[in-house]
Order: sequence, then C-alpha cells, then structure tokens
Amino acid sequence: MELIVGLFMQGLQMMLVLLVAPALVGLVRKVHARLLMRRGPSIFQPYRDLLRLTRKEALVAKNASWLFRVAPYLIFSSVWVASALVPTFATGLIFNWLADILAIVALLATARFAMALAGMDVGTSFGGLGSSREMTISSLAEPAMLMIVFTIALVAGTTQLSAIAGFMAHQPVGLRVSLGLALVSLVIVAVAENARIPVDNPATHLELTMIHEAMVLEYSGRHLALIEAAAATKLLLYMSLIICLFFPFGVATAEGALGAQFAGIVIWLVKLSIGALLLAFGETVVAKMRLFRVAEFLGVALVLGLLSMIFLFVLKGL
Amino acid sequence: MQGFNVDTSHFLAGAVLVCSFALLYQARLFALLNVFAVQSMMLALAVGWQAHVQQAGHLYITAALALVMKGMIIPGALRRIVQNMKIHRTIETVVSVNLAMLAGVGLTILSIMVVFPIARMAGGLAREDLAFALTIILIGMLVMITRRNAISQIIGFMSLENGLILAATGAKGMPLVVEVSVASSVLIAFFVFGIFIFRIREHFDSVDVDQLSAKRGDVE
Repeated sequence: MELIVGLFMQGLQMMLVLLVAPALVGLVRKVHARLLMRRGPSIFQPYRDLLRLTRKEALVAKNASWLFRVAPYLIFSSVWVASALVPTFATGLIFNWLADILAIVALLATARFAMALAGMDVGTSFGGLGSSREMTISSLAEPAMLMIVFTIALVAGTTQLSAIAGFMAHQPVGLRVSLGLALVSLVIVAVAENARIPVDNPATHLELTMIHEAMVLEYSGRHLALIEAAAATKLLLYMSLIICLFFPFGVATAEGALGAQFAGIVIWLVKLSIGALLLAFGETVVAKMRLFRVAEFLGVALVLGLLSMIFLFVLKGL
Repeated sequence: MQGFNVDTSHFLAGAVLVCSFALLYQARLFALLNVFAVQSMMLALAVGWQAHVQQAGHLYITAALALVMKGMIIPGALRRIVQNMKIHRTIETVVSVNLAMLAGVGLTILSIMVVFPIARMAGGLAREDLAFALTIILIGMLVMITRRNAISQIIGFMSLENGLILAATGAKGMPLVVEVSVASSVLIAFFVFGIFIFRIREHFDSVDVDQLSAKRGDVE
C-alpha cells in the first residue's frame, strides 16, 4: 500500500510538471504582453500550439541522419526526468534518492548535447551557428552552476535536493551573503540556460541574435512539439529548482497527510506564478545583450559563485 | 543575538565587497558612479552597524561622513563633471572584463590567505573585516589599473579609500581624528583630481589617460 501511494505521488509530480509547464510559458508571455500594453494570447495558447504541432506532418530534411529524428525524444525525456526529480510540492518522494543536484545538471547537459548535435546534423548554416553559440554559453554557465552546487552542498551538507529543501525549510540558516550571491548567480544561469532575455530572445527569428531558435529551425510537426514542450518543462524545472533551494517554505513531505500535499501544490503554483511575473517584468525592463557581452554576463555568475564559496569559507573560519 | 550581529556584519561587509566587483564589471560611466554611490552607502551601513555593536559613538560620525560625502556629494559632483564636459560615456578597459574579475577573485583569495594567519589573535569578525577591506583596497587598485578613463580611475581611488574605512572600523579603537583627517584628505584628493581632469581635457579633448603617454618623453 505504501509503495502504491509513493508511486502515485511520484506519478502525480511527473504529470503535474508536464501539465503546468506550457501554462507557465503562457503566463510569462501574457504578463510580458500586458506590460507592453498589449492584450497578448491566452495563457492556454501554448497547449493549443503543441496540439496543433502534433497533428501536423513532421518534415525531415533529405540529408538528415537518424540522429535528427532521435534527438527530440532524447531531449524531451531527459528534461522530463530531470524535472520529475526536483522537489516541487513535496520532499521525500519515492524517487527522491536519485534527485542529486549533480544528476539533474548532468541530465540537462545530455539534453543540450543532443540538441547541439541535432542542430548541426542537417548541415545548414543556422543550425551550426546556433549549436556553436549554445555550447559557448553552456561552457560558461556550467562552471557557475557547479560553484552554486558546491556552495549549497557546503551549507546543507548534502547534494540531494530533497534533503537540501528540508534543511533550508526547517533549519535557521540566517542571513547569509553566500546564499544571496548563489541565488543571483543561479538566476543568471537559469536565464542563460532557458534562452531568455538578455541572453537570447525566445520570441524572435532574427538570425543575428538567435541561439535556441537557430538550432531548432529545421524541426517541424511532432518533433518541434516535443522540443517546445521540453523547453517549457526546462523553464519550469529551473523555477522549481530556485524555489526548492531558496524559498522552500510550505513544502510538504511525502509521508504527510493528503491535505498538506494539496496545500503544497497550491503554494508551489503560487510561487511559480510569482516567478513568472518576475521573469516577465525582468524581460520587459532589460534589453537583449550583444552576443559578445553574454560572456561577461555569465562571467558575473561564475565570479558570484566563486565569491559565495569564498564567503562561506571565511564564515566557517577556513 | 550574537549570531545575528555576526551575520549582519558579514552581510554588510560582503555587500561592500560585491559592489567592488560591480565596479570592475561596469562599462558605463553613469552606472559606475551609481555603483560607487551604492558601495559608499553600504559602507555607511556597515560602519553604522559596527558603531551599534561596539557601542562606539564616534563611528556614527564616520558613517555619516561616508554617507554624505561619498554616497552623495562626490558621485553627484562627478556626474556634473561628466555631463558638463560631455565625456564619452563608455569606458575603455585595458584587459577584458572577465579577466579583470577573475583577477579580482584571485586578489580576494590572496588577501584572505594573507590576513587570516596574521590576524589569528583578533576576533573572527575583525579578521574577516580586515580580509574584506584588504580585498577592496586591492580591487580599487585593480580598477585604477584596468581603466583608461580618468573618471573611472578616480572612482577606483575612492573605492580604495572605502576599503581603508572598512578596515579602520573593524579594528577597535580607531581615533576619530585619524578618520576625519583621512576624509578631508580624500576631499582634497577629489579637488586635485578635478583640476587634473580639466587640465587633461583642455589639452587633449579627451580624458583617456593613454594620451598622456605621448608626453612622457621616451621614444616609441
């Protein structure tokens, strides 16, 4: 019985992240449009887009290899698994022993690798350009991410997300500079990884600036639907990660009563909406950066990550 | 209460240091002036907090000096100068920003490694403040080295002086006379710099200090 409940809870989380992700993207777009004094599409427009794409024919270029066809499934599944592991509404789910923060980083890196390969597969200039840019950015973002992971692991004493969320929610951590710096750094990394403004503009097809869109330019039909869904899930994943690491209050435990878990879901959704509002607001006030400035921007994330670790060592007295 | 005091001091000193890194990052003059103003205000908060913790009344004067002079008057005056002289607003750097920031991290580690063994006798907080202060001083020098624009060199110098004040408040028993004289010497330095800028500007139509190299007299 316990196993069945545990599996149900885990299944609920997996379905929930998949179902909420397009709405999150829709909400960000809606708020962004409202801030620009436009009406904007409905929040549920991404669902309609995905449905339409699945019904359409998937066109594949003549010289595309098997890799091109496999990549969307690989990308989608690894992002989905990663997002299912991040504690969203409850900690201590049945698969949470797997939910190591390094494992999640590795899963996302796998997805990015597959995406970059697929971008270069057909051999158009845009695909290769997008792939090279994506790899440049990720090679700068990943060290910063590792610094954040180290900082948090040093504070909480573990790299397991579920345990970290429990630690942050229940221990008096206090006013820590390190955690603040790690938060800023993680936000920068998340912005870069999700191809949002100021690193990339998700709404444009302008060849000078695009990164993510350049790689998926050749995709259509259900392949494109999978990639779009994966991108939305990834945004949800990063938001959930920030929530679970830095604002884990109100999170339920898997063993708790059903009511507490329901409350956990509601609190999580509220926090996600706040995150979407902040993201849309940030995207409205900040301009897209020149590509060559991006390296400096991500350098800030790395330096902040390093500083947060140094501060932690200083506080602990070496 | 002890933990909260330490945490807040750590937070404020850390914030001043982070502002130093922001100075290294900023490539625009007005933003640089704003960051400097924020750093001075953070410094004022840190000093004010120390005054509260150490029960040292004279430190409040230091905090007020930092807030009014370096948080408001000097950035405002520099802004006026930039506006009136129509100085080019992006700063040319000698090395890339990332390299400068990595050097900054290196300096941070260096000063922690240097200060911690030396100040072993001092309390945890004073030691930490000393380490951060040394870092801020070194980064101030780094800003002066890596920027070509005279205004940003002034900012580097002023932030260096912020580091000195932070060091002075961390150590107990700094007499007020010393602080007032440091503050006034900074003000004098500011006037000297102002005249210096006007002179460069008059001669070269630019505040890029690289132009001065030609006057050095050595053959290229």
